[in-house]
Amino acid sequence: MKVNVKVNGQNKVFNIEPGDYLLDTLRKENYLSVKKGCDNSSCGVCTVLFDGKPIKSCSLLTAKTEGHEVTTVEGIQKEADKLSDYFGAEGADQCGYCTPGMALSVHALKEENSNPSDEEIKEYLTGNLCRCTGYQSQHIAIRNYLEDK
Amino acid sequence: MKVVKHALPSVDGKGLMMGRPAYTDDLADPNSLIVKVLRSPHAYAKIVKIDTSKAEALEGVEIVLTYKDFDRRPHTRAGQGFPEPSPYDKFVLDQWVRYIGDETACVAAVDEETAQAALKLIEIEWDILEPILDFETALDNEILIHPEPEIFENFPIGFDPKRNLAAAYSMEVGNVEDSLKECDVVLEAQFFTQAQAHAAMEPHTVNARMDYQNRLVLYTSTQAPFHIRRIVSQSLDFPMSRIRVIKPRVGGGFGGKQHIHGELLVSTVTIKTGKPAKMVYTRKEVFESSFQRHPMRLDIKLGAMKDGTLKAINCHILSDTGAYGEHALTVFMVAGAKVLPLYNKVDSVKFYGDVVYTNHTSAGAYRGYGAIQGNFAIESAIDMLCEKLGVDPIEFREKNMMLKDETSPIFAIMGEGTEGTAMNMESCELGYCVSRGQELLKWKEKYPRVELADSKVRGVGMAIAMQGSGIPYIDMASATVKLNDDGFYNLLVGATDIGQGSDTVLAQIAAEALETTLDKIIVYSSDSDLTPFDTGAYASSTTYVSGNAVFKAAMDMKRAIVKEGALALGVKVEDIEYDGVVLKAGDKEITLKALSNRLYYSEDQKQLMITNSYFGTKSPPPFMAGFAEVEVDTETGEIKIVEYVSVVDCGTPINLALAKGQVEGGIVQGIGMAVYEEVLYTKTGKSINNNFLNYHIPTRKEINKLTTEFAESYEESGPFGAKSVGEIGIDTPPAAIANAVYNAVGVRIQTLPITPEKILAGILANKAKK
Ligand code: FES
Ligand code: FES
Repeated sequence: MKVNVKVNGQNKVFNIEPGDYLLDTLRKENYLSVKKGCDNSSCGVCTVLFDGKPIKSCSLLTAKTEGHEVTTVEGIQKEADKLSDYFGAEGADQCGYCTPGMALSVHALKEENSNPSDEEIKEYLTGNLCRCTGYQSQHIAIRNYLEDK
Repeated sequence: MKVVKHALPSVDGKGLMMGRPAYTDDLADPNSLIVKVLRSPHAYAKIVKIDTSKAEALEGVEIVLTYKDFDRRPHTRAGQGFPEPSPYDKFVLDQWVRYIGDETACVAAVDEETAQAALKLIEIEWDILEPILDFETALDNEILIHPEPEIFENFPIGFDPKRNLAAAYSMEVGNVEDSLKECDVVLEAQFFTQAQAHAAMEPHTVNARMDYQNRLVLYTSTQAPFHIRRIVSQSLDFPMSRIRVIKPRVGGGFGGKQHIHGELLVSTVTIKTGKPAKMVYTRKEVFESSFQRHPMRLDIKLGAMKDGTLKAINCHILSDTGAYGEHALTVFMVAGAKVLPLYNKVDSVKFYGDVVYTNHTSAGAYRGYGAIQGNFAIESAIDMLCEKLGVDPIEFREKNMMLKDETSPIFAIMGEGTEGTAMNMESCELGYCVSRGQELLKWKEKYPRVELADSKVRGVGMAIAMQGSGIPYIDMASATVKLNDDGFYNLLVGATDIGQGSDTVLAQIAAEALETTLDKIIVYSSDSDLTPFDTGAYASSTTYVSGNAVFKAAMDMKRAIVKEGALALGVKVEDIEYDGVVLKAGDKEITLKALSNRLYYSEDQKQLMITNSYFGTKSPPPFMAGFAEVEVDTETGEIKIVEYVSVVDCGTPINLALAKGQVEGGIVQGIGMAVYEEVLYTKTGKSINNNFLNYHIPTRKEINKLTTEFAESYEESGPFGAKSVGEIGIDTPPAAIANAVYNAVGVRIQTLPITPEKILAGILANKAKK
């Protein structure tokens, strides 16, 4: 079947099987920033924005994106570039496998809530797991980014 | 120092966050065959008959592999120095399967769905055998997990498969039995540590293709690319000269990727079909069919005098290596070798035990590598002993622990599967770490407990730890520095960046030595055709061993530049002054930029490219003191880690931000092991928690406050004074948290993890006693 979806501002037509998940479609279509880390929607490295809201692309059927907008990190390069400066300053990126998904979640958080509390940041990002950093450096980096320090 | 000891951003972090294709699966040929493995549903069984004809007949299936397609060539999947101290007890595919999830057969097909469908069409008649699932019953059990005749050990490691023994070891300094008799107080305690999953975010991934020279090119998410090349060649009998292994960016390792995973099967598919192929583990496969931390039972006896002098340590360990013996001996030995020297003033110390096979997922290398297990037992037992003695546990440690310029006889006796190397502690700021950590946590105000409102109690506990910096006389690393026109450099290293930031750290060392800036060092690592050798990212070796190789090569390059500068200026080498930018002799001068252009294009043309290598003659330990403050709910047993303070002596932290990242990442994995994580099995040996919903790694909600500092310390033998920092962070949380829980509520947990259920049971038992 064919699906019409706007990816990173561009209209796309994807040729898919009805059971295909968005994560696999995106990787097949060369949006390689979207990573796969688990089998049951529990790690967050596949995060993309669906009409501006972070979702796990591994658990959304591509068919359901018909007429919607999807954003990957390729679509927020400027923001990711800037956020990565804050991550770099804190050593908050190690293997980097979690960071494209994180960048999308942080971007969406910023759009929704320009002045979140520490608890709100943690709550919003809790589904974005990171096994490398121990989280605190990421938290400081995200806080500084949101406060534009 | 201008570049070293600064918090510089990593060289790759930005590109990775921006989503540039960089990991193994991103770089697979889009036409790759999809390789899938049929995994054993039985903990122990023999294939009586296997029929793959239906699978082969399925449209889109390219090849099906079973044990019949492979010569019986025993090897180990452990990526270690060669010859390995791990038994050669694994076949690529075997007629026997030894745990649920073991490799039974393999399919390569045009797409995932076809591969999955083909797996279901493979028909197997099994002879189901009774497994061993309790490691305490494995030794001398009548069931034999490895009865096959072909397997062997490379040199004596205590391997005795007729007793289900993968390895065994014992050593004694002095006479522990006699010393214990002389002691005023003797403490005996038993501890259990659990299997922990590595849970790196990137699943094990490998892709292969034949290149235009008909050579096999593997991209693989590995910590040890050169070992991978060797093992692929050995086990498939394929010439090493026709294999290229490239390690792209790797999404975390923690020891889990210090093993063969899909490389042998994917290589076989590509060699046999000539087609590109790839394998990406599912998360379930990562949990069930890769590796995990060795579960251990540790029996400790400590003897001390009333005045608080520790006299004797007796440590017996039974370790569970699971179905295969990767890292069996060495992890076991590190549980002693990198814990016991902390208390170097004892009269006698004994360390011995066995590593047994069971029908569980194989255990293997995992950050801490035995030291975390040993640390939990010894550092818990020290607190227990102090209570018996009525002495303060910190004063006791300060009195008995390793200090600068001291040594331990254990260093010479215990190495990595072989004899060790004697060494003095030329850098050791453990005393500072202990006192600074108390200040940071406000220990004196909080010890042992503070009662809050609503049934909540806070307690503090601590532990000290050490690790190593590479494996002396075994680990070798090398580096090549190449000068380009315009005066910038390539740094080629075999060292393996798996996310810990070694490309950045090594580039910083090169930049500092060459007196240039980080942007002038273009680092490329881990490509068996293009970069020089390195044993790999393990054993806390990269900053120290690979760093020393980089330092040597960079200093050689600087001398070569000065020599060429002298030639260009027509002066003697001794007359040159060089600051990394301009070469001066009296009133003559030439910039590096001009000199490098001259060398490329105008006069005395040549390529300056210099390789040097390093292997350690000792393994200077980093040290740390870890302090935990926990809050326990006395009604539910629930536990919260309020704060974790780490004060670390890793010599010079080459990159302050990345070194801190190593410590904090390790601490949080250690907190995971202490309170949240445990690989669980059913009675039949099936994994219960093979996904992130059921296996809880810490999320950002559980992490409240990490305070991390470095001691001022300088290790003469390290590059710019550095020691390692990759593993030390993980060692202290289990013991420090167990001690804190005890101080909070009087419940001593000796079996990890420290769960609310165990704490509550302890609280209730204490109440019942009163
Ligand atoms: S891949 Fe893990 S949540 Fe989607
Ligand atoms: S940096 Fe490795 S998972 Fe987050």
